[in-house]
Amino acid sequence: MNAPVATPFFFYLLSGIMLIGGVLVITRKNAVHSALALITTLLCQAGLYLMLYAPFVAGVQIILYAGGIMVLFLFVIMLISIERTMKERQFNQQWLVGIAAAAVLGGLFIAVYTKGKTLFPQGRLTYAESQNTQDIAALLYDSHRGIYMFSFEIASLLLLVAIIGAVVMAKKRI
Amino acid sequence: MNDIIVYIQSYLNTKDLTPGAAGNWFWATVYILLVFAGLSVAVIAMNWLERKILAHMQVRLGPMRVGPHGLLQPIADALKLLLKEDIMPANADKLVFWVAPFIVVLAAFTVFVVVPFGPAHAITDMNIGILFMLGVSSLSVLGIVTAGWASNSHYPLIGALRSSAQMVSYEVAMGLAVVSAILLTSLHGLGLYGVGGAGAPDTGTLSMIGIVQAQQEQGVWFVFKFFPLGLIAFFIFAVAMVAETNRAPFDLPEAESELTAGFHTEYSGFRWSLFFLAEYSAMIAVSSIAVTLWLGGWLRPFPNALQGSTWDFIFSLCPGLTFLFLGAMCFWNVLRMPKHPLFKIQTIGLAGFGAVLALVGLVLLLPAVSSRVGDIFWFSAKVAAFMYLYIWYRGTFPRYRFDQLMKVGWKVLLPTSLALLIVTAALAFIEPSIAEWMKRVL
Repeated sequence: MNAPVATPFFFYLLSGIMLIGGVLVITRKNAVHSALALITTLLCQAGLYLMLYAPFVAGVQIILYAGGIMVLFLFVIMLISIERTMKERQFNQQWLVGIAAAAVLGGLFIAVYTKGKTLFPQGRLTYAESQNTQDIAALLYDSHRGIYMFSFEIASLLLLVAIIGAVVMAKKRI
Repeated sequence: MNDIIVYIQSYLNTKDLTPGAAGNWFWATVYILLVFAGLSVAVIAMNWLERKILAHMQVRLGPMRVGPHGLLQPIADALKLLLKEDIMPANADKLVFWVAPFIVVLAAFTVFVVVPFGPAHAITDMNIGILFMLGVSSLSVLGIVTAGWASNSHYPLIGALRSSAQMVSYEVAMGLAVVSAILLTSLHGLGLYGVGGAGAPDTGTLSMIGIVQAQQEQGVWFVFKFFPLGLIAFFIFAVAMVAETNRAPFDLPEAESELTAGFHTEYSGFRWSLFFLAEYSAMIAVSSIAVTLWLGGWLRPFPNALQGSTWDFIFSLCPGLTFLFLGAMCFWNVLRMPKHPLFKIQTIGLAGFGAVLALVGLVLLLPAVSSRVGDIFWFSAKVAAFMYLYIWYRGTFPRYRFDQLMKVGWKVLLPTSLALLIVTAALAFIEPSIAEWMKRVL
């Protein structure tokens, strides 16, 4: 019907911005700048979801991460004295473990990149764009196709534990 | 050259398709420019109307000097803002201070991509339309927070903290109210309680155009569906949207008696005007969400109770008559202008303005025109009613205290909207069997 918007150009643009943002997140000393770089990264990630014809996931990504969680991040960061943290030395003493983890992850990426076609023989999994919301709902809740129901509920339980923990820690007397 | 003309004309032949759906770049650009221009005019008009209406509510006259009845006041204001010195505090975070107003403006304007002024009068229709609107408009809080922080000053920081706490709190209740409205799009029952119709609930839709079409198909605006459930959801949204846009009585982030001007205290000139623009276009955006979800979007009032060609004809006269009325108001005030020679230019200008309005009204009376733009008129009229409500709130309610604000958000609106969602879902679930039962009994 229409010319596809998901062209390689947009992929390289979005992932390029994402990589720059990701590097800025860990190199900036100013925590607010880091948070802003992280927001850019998350928004570009939403763009990548759009390129995969998953608009619902992209929308949820914007609402939850960029609009919700990052606001709370900023909320907390603003209460920290930036002047003092700017003077402190950045502490990343775990660089041995960091390099090991990065190497393993990089190896995984390279393996997927080189052997992807044999590892995932079905090739690309495409959903019709107009059905994305309904498809996700079916995968989560449908009695026949709903294969992710259990993991979804586990995640909900984890969140519930976190909520209760937050209440317990914040309240002196319950 | 010929190809281009054919390309441009090809969209005009596709009825009931947005430029985005038709994949037509040219018309999409035209629509974007039209929406942008219309929005800017609306913000300018809103600026004048707010000052005038608020003044009349407080038994004052409001702006009277620049132009007849202060009609040119917004233009004078805009010029003043553009010419003002652009101040940046010495210890401000330069980059963040610079980027914050743009975040707010971008977030406020981007949402209009999916606002449906009519079945074909939207820039595009996304299948996640309402989600996109909520998501992008929630990004504007980032701009407010960063603006307050980057100013490196106490009042803006407190304003930004208040703003983020407030917007995050009210987003929850707002989202739940929206979900209960989206739930209704999956039903097929007709009328208030869904009697008859095409059977079992289907999949719903998140698309803005789809939501209005669902109301058209069910023959009821969602504000009246499952009365009073729809009304409660609408009320929750109507309260939460005032808090989301930081307007009175929830305007704590810029409470002038406590915080000077809140998060934009340190901003001046053009940057401040960007915040102003964003605030008003965000108000229009959330109002259009409310209109789309609960008030039937572009549908004319009483599409079922008053149907038939006679009523269609009467309602099709409304756009033209509105503009004729506005023109007549102008001419009436031309007669009331002071007869002093100094007021001659103003009187002539007002008469000219009235003549333009009357001419627009006459053009809108043509059946060919009114049938095409009638939907835009009804949508804008409903949004305008919300804009009036905003001014009315500001003239009526005193500002909440912050603990009261949080109490309303978390202890009243959130539980109510949760309960509402559950009850609506239950009703939607048993609706087909109720319809079946009623068919057998009656």
